[in-house]
Amino acid sequence: MPATFTRSVVDTERERKDPGFGGRPPVDRRPTGGGGGDENWDHHRHGRGPRALLTRYRMGIFSALAGDLMFFMALVTAFFFRQSSGHFDGHGAYILDWHQLAIPPILYLNTAILLLSSVTMEMGRRQLFHELDVMEEWLGMGRPAARRAAPWLAATAALGVAFLIGQWMAWKDLAAQGFFFASNPSSHFFYLITGAHGAHLVLGVLALFAALAALSLLHRMELRQIFVDCTAWYWHSMGLFWIFLFGLLIFCQ
Amino acid sequence: MSGIRAAGRTRSTPLQRIVTTEDRTIGIRYLLLSLVAVAAGTLLSLAMRTQLAWPGIRWPFHGPLLPEEYLSLVTMHGTLMIFFVLTTAPQSGFASLVLPQQIGARRMALPWLNALGFWIVALALAVLLSAFLLPAGGPIAGWTNYPPLSAIASAGPGQGGGMDCWLLSIGLFCVGSWFSAINVLVTVLTERARGMTLGRMPLTVWSWFVSSILILLAFTVLFAAIVLLFCDRHLGTAFFIPQGDWVSGQVVGHGDGSPLLWLHLFWFFGHPEVYIAILPGMGLVSSLIANFSRRPIVGYRMMAAATVLIGLLGFVVWGHHMFVSGMNPYAGAAFGLTTMAIAVPSTAEVFSWLGTLWGGGLRRTTPMLFALGFLSLFIAGGVTGPILALPALDQYLHNTFFVVAHFHLIMAMAGAFSIFAGIYYWFPLMTGRLMSERLGRWHFWLSLIAAYGTFFPMHLEGLAGRPRHFAQVTGSTSSLASLLPMERGVTWAAFVLGAAQILFLINLLWSARRGQPAGQNPWQATTLEWQTTPLPNRIERGPYEYHSGTTEADFTPQWETASQQE
Repeated sequence: MPATFTRSVVDTERERKDPGFGGRPPVDRRPTGGGGGDENWDHHRHGRGPRALLTRYRMGIFSALAGDLMFFMALVTAFFFRQSSGHFDGHGAYILDWHQLAIPPILYLNTAILLLSSVTMEMGRRQLFHELDVMEEWLGMGRPAARRAAPWLAATAALGVAFLIGQWMAWKDLAAQGFFFASNPSSHFFYLITGAHGAHLVLGVLALFAALAALSLLHRMELRQIFVDCTAWYWHSMGLFWIFLFGLLIFCQ
Repeated sequence: MSGIRAAGRTRSTPLQRIVTTEDRTIGIRYLLLSLVAVAAGTLLSLAMRTQLAWPGIRWPFHGPLLPEEYLSLVTMHGTLMIFFVLTTAPQSGFASLVLPQQIGARRMALPWLNALGFWIVALALAVLLSAFLLPAGGPIAGWTNYPPLSAIASAGPGQGGGMDCWLLSIGLFCVGSWFSAINVLVTVLTERARGMTLGRMPLTVWSWFVSSILILLAFTVLFAAIVLLFCDRHLGTAFFIPQGDWVSGQVVGHGDGSPLLWLHLFWFFGHPEVYIAILPGMGLVSSLIANFSRRPIVGYRMMAAATVLIGLLGFVVWGHHMFVSGMNPYAGAAFGLTTMAIAVPSTAEVFSWLGTLWGGGLRRTTPMLFALGFLSLFIAGGVTGPILALPALDQYLHNTFFVVAHFHLIMAMAGAFSIFAGIYYWFPLMTGRLMSERLGRWHFWLSLIAAYGTFFPMHLEGLAGRPRHFAQVTGSTSSLASLLPMERGVTWAAFVLGAAQILFLINLLWSARRGQPAGQNPWQATTLEWQTTPLPNRIERGPYEYHSGTTEADFTPQWETASQQE
């Protein structure tokens, strides 16, 4: 929408009575101090209805995830930085202490499990936005949406736990080969990255259990939607972060 | 609905009062927390100044101050002031206090997250202060905690338990301020009243918005760095400890860790942190200058754009803290350029403030005096910025008091003055009363003169080569002994500065009970936190519609509609 500047009485007044001592001071002549007219308010969701509430919580989880992404980016930066840091030996040669780490093959299986869990998560999330079911729940005629979503959420949680067990097995595998957290910079980062991501997934699984409880405990339909929706976005992001981190661990050793 | 209401009177049971999510109550709590932190930090700095002026002085119940104890004072002073005062008060404190009202929202978007954030920050402060109770005392590596000394417990007293307290405290602080930033961000994006377009937000809201983005992206990086440092200290890793590192007669380095990595991660957080501390002050000063000179702010759009630009550029200048760290000199040249670039939007803001003041009907109230003081300190501290941005000059100046003078003027003092301005200005919102103008003026003039008296001579000391973190200028070498008289002068000025704050405390306590009742909209302000009539269906006005000398009521508040104006 183009801005329209209608001169108000006040503005003309202001201009006429401008004191003018010490030269003419600068005056911003735009009527609203530069505001207004440049934003289409038809697209804004107002009030405190269910949709506005959902938007607010989604915005919250996305901001939180943006910060979280920076946390992982910092780890990735440290990964590359540490990889190239070394020392000069007695002959002036630059020695790196980084040993390449063979990624335990079970991680491929884990990745597949995590991807699958994102699919089940999305199925569960969509159940809660299925129009007819939502309408029924809204009117208080049972909870078909919640009933249909629950198995998907339970499946996601199960897959999540399977992923975590798989990560634990990868750790065991490495430890059996003599690679511990403190062994080498490459193993520092392997354990740190999988560990930090695993801690996020533990939170995600807890959130899934909480969401399952919320489906039956929360009285307001929109709060049930919000709970599952935010958990889903968090879960998807963790899947995405993992693909990125897994790629880093495989290709950037 | 009245624009003035006392906070926290609606809840009944004590438990409900404690866990309240009421925005203003949380805002006041943040400010009180900062008051505790600033009192502790000031006392620490006065102890340091006493030691510097009279080296070897015997303290009651303690004896002479050891150099490592001096370093612990430096570390705790910096940590308290940077995190718990300059980040907490203007960003979380003032935003909780007035942000929802300023954008016409009934409350914050995620009030429980705001409350949670406060309690985490309070816990962080308790953990930090508890480091003093440990037998070995607080950490001694400075608020920046450069490894390898911060990574090794045997590096000095306080580097064991004290340093762990620091890590835990700042880790908690990261989480707490992260929560509060998410809340501010979502509030600004989703809770604005109808018609409160981005172009009609007060500049304070713009600056809280940009600072929140900075917190979101910078504190998480600091958190990662803290996790890495924790692993180095307790889990046997070598992220930061270099090969063959020799500490207290032992080789402790076992890998090719790089202290530079910490510097990069830390300053990637540390420089945006400077803007987190100062941007809310800049936004507030813009509002105050417009209000008390009764003129619309010059170039509102440019001001908003400059705020955003400062935030963005703030992320690409961190290397100027590392010119002497052994970083690639070409990188130094690049960071020097970006640093000088950030002076451009900062200068644009200064010119806008000056332009707004020019020809305005100046009202010299206490909040305005502090806003003008901010302007003065911001310029005085700012002009040394481009000097330090030159890698060649920084080589000499970096570890001298010149840098101490620079950041105490532009960040510490300017930041403190903006906090004072905000408290004098918004006090009626907290208590329904005005603070005493007479005491306020005394507080201002004494603080201003003493602030310059304390920090201006430090430039000269720095040029004379006075290094930072030295517990005394006299001693086995005599090259700096001639600076002792100047040290004493600085210390006396610091005492005056500290004493002036007692006036502020008296004013605070007295005015909260006996102050003149403020009435509605005591400053004749236009922004919505002073709203006297119910909010219209749609906001139709910009935030700074002052028109000096036209009519009796020379302003049009944002809660008035066009039809009411006719």
